[in-house]
Amino acid sequence: MGRQLSFKIFRYNPTLKDNKPHIDFFQIEETPRLNVFTALFKIREEQAPDLVFDFVCRAGVCGSCAMMINGRPTLACRTLTSDLPDTIELFPIPFFKLLGDLSVDTGVWFRQMSEQVESWIHTKEEFDPTAEEERMDNALANKIYETERCIECGCCMAGCATALIYPNFFGAAGLFRIGRFFIDPRDKRKNQDWFELVSTDEGVFGCIGMMGCDDVCPKDLSLLEMFAYIRRKMSGIGLRKRQTVKKDAIF
Amino acid sequence: MRLLTSDVLVIGAGLAGERVAIACASEGLDVTILSLVPPRRSHSCAAQGGMQASLGNSVMGEGDNSTIHWLDTVRGSDWGADQEVARIFTDIAPAAMREMAHFGVPWNRVKGGPQEVFIKGKKTTIVEDFEKEGLITARAFGGTAKWRTCYTADGTGHSVLYTMDNMAVQLGITVHDRMEALRLIHADGNCIGAIVRSLRDGEILAYVAKATVIASGGYGRLYGISTNAIINEGTGSWLALQTGIVPLGNMEAVQFHPTGLVPTDILVTEGCRGDGGLLLDVDEYRFMPDYEPEKQELASRDVVSRRMMEHIQKGKGVKSPYGDHLWLDLRHLGEHHLRTKLREVYDICMYFIGVNPIQELVPVRPTQHYSMGGIRVNKDGHAYNMEGLFAAGEVSCWDLHGFNRLGGNSLAETVVAGMVVGKYVADYAKKSALVADTSLAESFASKEIDKMSHLLNNSGRENVYALRDEIAEVLSNNVGIFRTGGDLENAVARIKDIVSRTGKVKVRTRSTGLNPEISQALRIEGMAKQALVIAAGALARTESRGAHTRLDYPDRDDENWLNRTLARWPEDADEPVLTYESVGILDLPPGERGYGGGKHIPMKATVEEYNARVYEDQKANGLIDTSEPIGSRLPEKAWREGSPGKEVK
Repeated sequence: MGRQLSFKIFRYNPTLKDNKPHIDFFQIEETPRLNVFTALFKIREEQAPDLVFDFVCRAGVCGSCAMMINGRPTLACRTLTSDLPDTIELFPIPFFKLLGDLSVDTGVWFRQMSEQVESWIHTKEEFDPTAEEERMDNALANKIYETERCIECGCCMAGCATALIYPNFFGAAGLFRIGRFFIDPRDKRKNQDWFELVSTDEGVFGCIGMMGCDDVCPKDLSLLEMFAYIRRKMSGIGLRKRQTVKKDAIF
Repeated sequence: MRLLTSDVLVIGAGLAGERVAIACASEGLDVTILSLVPPRRSHSCAAQGGMQASLGNSVMGEGDNSTIHWLDTVRGSDWGADQEVARIFTDIAPAAMREMAHFGVPWNRVKGGPQEVFIKGKKTTIVEDFEKEGLITARAFGGTAKWRTCYTADGTGHSVLYTMDNMAVQLGITVHDRMEALRLIHADGNCIGAIVRSLRDGEILAYVAKATVIASGGYGRLYGISTNAIINEGTGSWLALQTGIVPLGNMEAVQFHPTGLVPTDILVTEGCRGDGGLLLDVDEYRFMPDYEPEKQELASRDVVSRRMMEHIQKGKGVKSPYGDHLWLDLRHLGEHHLRTKLREVYDICMYFIGVNPIQELVPVRPTQHYSMGGIRVNKDGHAYNMEGLFAAGEVSCWDLHGFNRLGGNSLAETVVAGMVVGKYVADYAKKSALVADTSLAESFASKEIDKMSHLLNNSGRENVYALRDEIAEVLSNNVGIFRTGGDLENAVARIKDIVSRTGKVKVRTRSTGLNPEISQALRIEGMAKQALVIAAGALARTESRGAHTRLDYPDRDDENWLNRTLARWPEDADEPVLTYESVGILDLPPGERGYGGGKHIPMKATVEEYNARVYEDQKANGLIDTSEPIGSRLPEKAWREGSPGKEVK
């Protein structure tokens, strides 16, 4: 017989009148290689049919199932119960709008972020279907792919202290997205455009450097390195800008 | 009830749906996309391996062209595909890849000079042409004559979907996520939109549009054991079947992917075998060359899956608490390859089953993966029998894949069909008027409201989750890789019983708002009825073709079955009505595939005689006239010269 697991799960359904946030307790028996995905479905199907949570791919690639598992934001589908103690506490990730129980509205936030950072290739070139594609060094293609592996799960925002100070903070997800386009030569935005985008408190200089994002990112993205890279680049641009202004003031 | 209008309504925000939406928005049309989940969580994101397009930049793809791609596709389909649609697809695929590169996809590129690769189990050095350096490269996939599958590591779907959604954001396309279309609004064979339920709070809304496009993916979850995301429950194809007049095509054509992970059923990409991964049995013996000396691990998916099951049935499987499986050996590819080009696979093995593929064998077995069938549409993507309704991507039966789809062809199809169908949808919407018939919308909405009230208040005792599991059990056991008349008769009888019991499902929770149980309960009728369509189609088809393997009818029978199954479910009927139509104009005459064994019974008619009746035959089954005549995109006998077709602009 497997362990008896106790699940303490945050419950709140804002669409029901008189429903108040509370904790529900469930017990299930652990089976080999049980993960939180399977456990939650078991609880829903056998004990709490109205329990709300989000899963899509259940393979760690779609980013739907981030939740607080014993206090840490992570992907529920690939969290094995065997790595957890007998009591498992599940809460929705903070920062995002709560939809109900463990489900939060990451989709709307990430769409807004994409609009805010203009998450697309900025170019005036029209696509010519008869022309050969623009060449790219394979190493650069790999580098861009590395910066595109974010799955928008929201764990970084859930682990972010700065997001609590600046509600419009792009967060690691937004800055990583900016970095993805910054290194892509197909994007013709100029240094000045990038500077305007990230030089505010909402951008890279708002970060207070706790790097909770880097600790919890389930895809092990190089968030720390990307922050440092963008800061260095932007400081350089900012410095040149300042020197120009000073020169103008003196002469 | 709120009624929202737009020029074009797209149901589904995966690659096909978003590409259609982009085609329409680029023409200045107002587009609304509905999606069960945020667009970037759509199942397209889970596609790993890549997209087939005959760019021919890699030295291993040298001399490739759209005709060779077309030949592979038609043969792969076991001649079940519409050859003209396959031609449209293979002609456009190269430009589609370049367009995605222009939008931002970081395709892997050709690196000039010698490269070490694995081909047919042997380490080999290929020398890439420096002239081609920096162009989009390709990897090997099953059932192809050339290396043709364009990729970004093993996150191709993710990368292309993110790029596509970036385009949608740039164009300001409206997306309403967590919305489920429950019913099409239609009258007299004209579709004017859909009745939709918000999964956030249960609100029922009407979305009215000049053109409605279904692009909601496959129905793999009907099988329970599937590589598909848990949202792939056939909700989109049900919308069509529910009309009573729009047919679903070839629903019995179900693909089983050779390498689903054991346990968890998560997909392990065909790119693993393309890059040199090998299949081993309990004795760690490489068995595929014995069955398929030429293609070995890289025969088409239906063939590899059958051979694996055959080998397991000979007692050569590896015993496990989760049933017998085989091994996928990736160890020789080395750490660098597995942690770059196959990193998602590495992560999945490590996180989900604790196996390190650098040092250990990966347990795999054939697992339900793809639905070749779906909403029957003409080559423009227009649904049979329903003006104003279109479909694209996996949910459709456009019919590029026939009875077996090649790996890398479906992800490419999403983008190509999105372009092609998107263009016709835009043309259609531009010449149509918006019909905001509120009383018609109300009458369809009331059917859903009545259904919900029935689910809450009936005196039945059926549990929705138990019924769902029963459907999965019957399909998996009786309508799997190997099928027999007896198993299928049993499946039909059992699913008929399940269909009748869906009316007795009682929802235990009383809320119609944010409530996953009632959401599931609203889907169960469609799931059960589509399961019956699959089983009934499989029972009726007394031959073996592609993925449809009847042990009691092992031959491919072109005399009687060179056709497409069409299933309609008339209102108030207890079972679907099956009819059959020609597969389409034949250019490549039916013949041997060159792998997979099996005999085929040739048709007595000549190709010319067959082709002469295609139009009338399809018309009688509900074909809506295409913008250009049938066959116009199929340059006759182009395959003989091996010359490429004309690119469609």
